[in-house]
Amino acid sequence: MTDNTATLRSTLPRSTKSGGWLSSLLMRFEALRGYLLLSPTLLIMIIGICVPLFILVGMSLWTQHGFEFDKSLTLANYFNVAEQPIYKALLARSILISGGCALATVILSYPMAYFVAFHVHRHKMVWIILMTLPFWTSYLLRVFSWKIILGYNGVINSGLIGMGLIDQPLEFLLYSPLAVVITLTHAWSAFAILPIYVSLEKIDRSLLEAATDLGDGPVRRFFRITFPMSLPGVIAAALIIFIPTVGDYITPTLLGGPDGIMLANLISAQFGKVNDWPMGAALAIALMVTVALFSVVFVIISRKVTERIT
Amino acid sequence: MSNNSSFISIQNVSKSFGSVAAVSDVSMEIGGGEFFSLLGPSGCGKTTLLRMLAGFETPTSGEIVIDGQSMSAVPPHQRPVNMVFQNYAIFPHLNIHDNIAYGMRKERLPQAELDKKVEEMLEMIKLPGYGKRRSHELSGGERQRVALARALIKRPKVLLLDEPLGALDKQLREQMQMELRALQRSVGITFVFVTHDQEEALTMSDRIAVMSKGRTLQIDSPTELYEKPITREVAAFIGTMNFFDGRVVSVDNDQIIVDAGALGIVKGIKDTTNFGVGEMAQIAVRPEKFSLSIGAPNGVGNFIEGNMISTAYLGERSYFHIAVNGIDQPIAVSAQNSASADINIRDHKGQVWLGWPDAAVVLLKQDASHSQAQ
Ligand SMILES: Nc1ncnc2c1ncn2[C@@H]1O[C@H](COP(=O)(O)OP(=O)(O)O)[C@@H](O)[C@H]1O
Ligand SMILES: [Mg+2]
Repeated sequence: MTDNTATLRSTLPRSTKSGGWLSSLLMRFEALRGYLLLSPTLLIMIIGICVPLFILVGMSLWTQHGFEFDKSLTLANYFNVAEQPIYKALLARSILISGGCALATVILSYPMAYFVAFHVHRHKMVWIILMTLPFWTSYLLRVFSWKIILGYNGVINSGLIGMGLIDQPLEFLLYSPLAVVITLTHAWSAFAILPIYVSLEKIDRSLLEAATDLGDGPVRRFFRITFPMSLPGVIAAALIIFIPTVGDYITPTLLGGPDGIMLANLISAQFGKVNDWPMGAALAIALMVTVALFSVVFVIISRKVTERIT
Repeated sequence: MSNNSSFISIQNVSKSFGSVAAVSDVSMEIGGGEFFSLLGPSGCGKTTLLRMLAGFETPTSGEIVIDGQSMSAVPPHQRPVNMVFQNYAIFPHLNIHDNIAYGMRKERLPQAELDKKVEEMLEMIKLPGYGKRRSHELSGGERQRVALARALIKRPKVLLLDEPLGALDKQLREQMQMELRALQRSVGITFVFVTHDQEEALTMSDRIAVMSKGRTLQIDSPTELYEKPITREVAAFIGTMNFFDGRVVSVDNDQIIVDAGALGIVKGIKDTTNFGVGEMAQIAVRPEKFSLSIGAPNGVGNFIEGNMISTAYLGERSYFHIAVNGIDQPIAVSAQNSASADINIRDHKGQVWLGWPDAAVVLLKQDASHSQAQ
């Protein structure tokens, strides 16, 4: 008993001392504290993102010979990407389809987010959850249900024929870039509503009153205060849609038809049927760099536009 | 003071939020060019009344007329009033120049002229060269000035200010009070100023409406409010007041004599309030109207013997509490600590004498708490 208390007494001061040393170190170096808090995420990022990325970059500099890799470093794959028209055409189409998706999603989500932020006063979260409902079912299920809606004998065509508006089913509905845009827009809208809603909800209501007080009617006030202040949410929403859809290959495969094929379909083919992994890696890197460039340009332009309209 | 006795006319205005009556049957006339304050404790409906003037709330009943025009059908963005918000509401995505120029878009001035006007406003609020800054780069006091300039550049007929100095520290607040008052005089715009700080209202206003629980208690000049409160509630809200109960013994042409028990026979000056003989009355005396002395005052006048129970030294003045036999509450007395003041009295314990002139006595009706005044 006495022994125990003695050891306790002797260890206690030392442990508090070391604790004090650590905490004083943490106190002194704020950056260290930040990294410590970040460390779990940082670890996952390094293992999950940076390492594969380096492998991808490395592989894109190899060449494929049959079932073997030629591991001498060369930029041949990138020259290939730049020279072959098919790659550039698919890249442009991917950007166009995803850009269209991002635009359509933001335009459709904005009014919904606006409505909940400004005109719903109770149970806002219930409304938001209801709006994200499409997201609760599997992605594949959603894609297939659009196939049923847009198909040759699908809901829209048979409905229009039933009403006598058309004689022949509309063929452009399915297996077209339009079908891809519609499906991706629907699938990702839940992701766009949230950031837009948050940015609208954050706007101090007295700013809107101040604008009214200074002579702005509702429309002018929207374009001078509400919209510019919600722009961070809009930009976030557009990027959240644009970045993942540009690499989507499921929807184009199932609904795109020959005209709706995107670059990601080609990339997946390189790693599959075509069996040219280095080429696939080079295409993936090219797509990534293009997306990054477009995103940066997009953010800069939207900043400039807001400055002009206010 | 006012060049137009009724520039803003508030007629029997009420506003309820569900079952909460925020403003009940308020009527007042505000003159053109007047510095008019709404004074009352938090939650008494000041902001609601101001927001009805601005058009952000619609009265449940009653009417508001500004410059001869009924406001019932005029939306807020078309009213000839501007508001300085309690939190200033500076647009964070615009710089200070654009904030101040915000309301001038409709005038369609040439850019150079607009820039000149904005620069003039920045000079006026003593922030020249601040145009490029953003709101987060300004201190509270600077933001407050920008909000003021943003409203004043439009030359509104009426400027509404909702506790604009509430967030500032004491020193800055006192400085801004002076500046605001001087500014109002120089621009000649009618100010409707909301505050819960009675000292602020007293120093700044031409007239004050004292509000409580959605009603107006008294509308008067600062001097009248302080010297001649018409209800106990007003008397207690503005400054400190000693109250004593009494019964009216006689009323003649210019005097009312009241028997105040332990305080003795008190003579009050007869004004507009009518008292009948035998009626109960409240006697109200401000702490600074009493005079204190250690020895018995020789000569005539009202005086009473008491016991000093506490003293508090507040720099420029001292506060004393004096217990008098037969009176429940100790009497509060204050005295200037001027060079000629008797400093012995501050350290004095025990017996003292209290004196007061007849003119110090304010007579109030016994249950006057619900009467309303114009
Ligand atoms: N939008 C509102 N909805 C419900 N009650 C309100 C609203 N605005 C004010 N009130 C109520 O009205 C009363 C007066 O409020 P207010 O005018 O803000 O008082 P003050 O500005 O004098 O502090 C308070 O009881 C407040 O709770
Ligand atoms: Mg208020």
